Amino acid sequence: MGRSYLAFVLAPELPFVDWLVELDRRVENSLSFFANRPLVLDLTGVAPTKAETAEIIAFIEERHLRLIAVEGVPLDWLPERLAPLPGKVQTAGVFQPPESEKPGRSAPPVTWENEPSIGSPCAALLVNEPVRSGQSIIYPHGDVIIVGSVASGAEIIAGGSIHVYGSLRGRAFAGTNGNTNARIFCSKFDAEMMVIDGLYKTADDFDLALRGTSVQARLDRNVMNIEKMS
Amino acid sequence: MAKVLVVTSGKGGVGKTTSTAALGAALALNGQKVVVVDFDVGLRNLDLVMGAERRVVYDLINVAQGNAKLSQALIRDKRLENLALLPASQTRDKDALSEKGLARIIRELRTLFDWVICDSPAGIERGAMMAMRHADAAIIITNPEVSSVRDSDRIIGLLDAKTEKAAKGERVEKHLLITRYDQARAGRGDMLKTDDVLDILSVPLLGIIPESDQVLRASNLGQPVTLANPLSAPARAYSDAARRLMGDNLAINVPLERFNLLGRIFGGRAA
Repeated sequence: MGRSYLAFVLAPELPFVDWLVELDRRVENSLSFFANRPLVLDLTGVAPTKAETAEIIAFIEERHLRLIAVEGVPLDWLPERLAPLPGKVQTAGVFQPPESEKPGRSAPPVTWENEPSIGSPCAALLVNEPVRSGQSIIYPHGDVIIVGSVASGAEIIAGGSIHVYGSLRGRAFAGTNGNTNARIFCSKFDAEMMVIDGLYKTADDFDLALRGTSVQARLDRNVMNIEKMS
Repeated sequence: MAKVLVVTSGKGGVGKTTSTAALGAALALNGQKVVVVDFDVGLRNLDLVMGAERRVVYDLINVAQGNAKLSQALIRDKRLENLALLPASQTRDKDALSEKGLARIIRELRTLFDWVICDSPAGIERGAMMAMRHADAAIIITNPEVSSVRDSDRIIGLLDAKTEKAAKGERVEKHLLITRYDQARAGRGDMLKTDDVLDILSVPLLGIIPESDQVLRASNLGQPVTLANPLSAPARAYSDAARRLMGDNLAINVPLERFNLLGRIFGGRAA
């Protein structure tokens, strides 16, 4: 028995300084994505020297990101704790940060930073209006409840579960802090993407028969099940 | 108390300028004092549709920068004396419009008119944000088509985030105007259904304007369609929408959306 998990793959690009600025922006915009999430650094595209490798690793670790492995450089350049993973990591199965985190004209994400007080009986965020295209609701502290629809091009990011009393047409990211028990519920399912603890399914993976019905999505041993709710 | 309306859509070519002119004229026909303001700096069109393109001397930017008085820039309509146009600049850059200057203009317009109708440029850049900034209410123009609907949804989100009202914690009142509604295409099932548009946007419906040659013909003549041909279907739809804005409770005339039986048989189209 073992535990399998997903890791981000960071693949720096040249010029490195620009890439680092971009990384900082992403980390700042989406703390919940990176918090405590294991990272793999793939240096294949950069082809650094030994000294540069050490510098790049230092830069990443300075940002309190949890680096677990480095790839694309000779094994003996690395400290022992950062040995490369056996075999190449399959990027296809690895979570890609969403479009809206790229710089550009995306709306500033709506974030609720006020952490509910400890022992507070209601740690959920209640949103009483439709979530419009281009809007992000980010709530790393717990569940998000939307009374209304989530439009195509909108996204909900929750540390806990997501409940949508309306149509879910956008993207839902539940359990972003590593909560595998998080679920996504919606009364009308038409999503672009469903993610629980980094494991995702896109519209192409959905069973067509589920469209427009009320569903719940949950993880069952690292497989996302989306099922109709009676 | 004057009301500032923004006519906006996100997407271009859906009928913002046409609707601004038609609604402005319809409100004026009902005895209201109306000014239509063009915010499309550099790509102005409202002067053409209002038939005032040869009468522009000063514009919005001249007034915002203090180079002209508001009264010098306002163009009174030749047909309706209680209808006026404040044109955009065609030669200046859109960044020339300052926040302060704009706030002063809107404040002054509020004292002179019952309705200040701001014709927004397409997109979600600075020009569109300026047009919506001081709005009390928004008319969201949507074609029954997916890209238009999504862009409208985006704009509605911005209305709740970037306006002066939003900053004060209030809501901008919103109205949905569906334009270029093509009855033939609706009959074939080639367009989004009105109910689906309303379901996606969840904004109350102000009216449905049918697609019509009359609209283009009126624009080319430099006339709002509500003045050029008041009895045409689009003019009547705009007039009803204007009366709803004034608070009249008129039933909305939804053009037929049922499938034409013959069309279904011979078109071989599944629903």
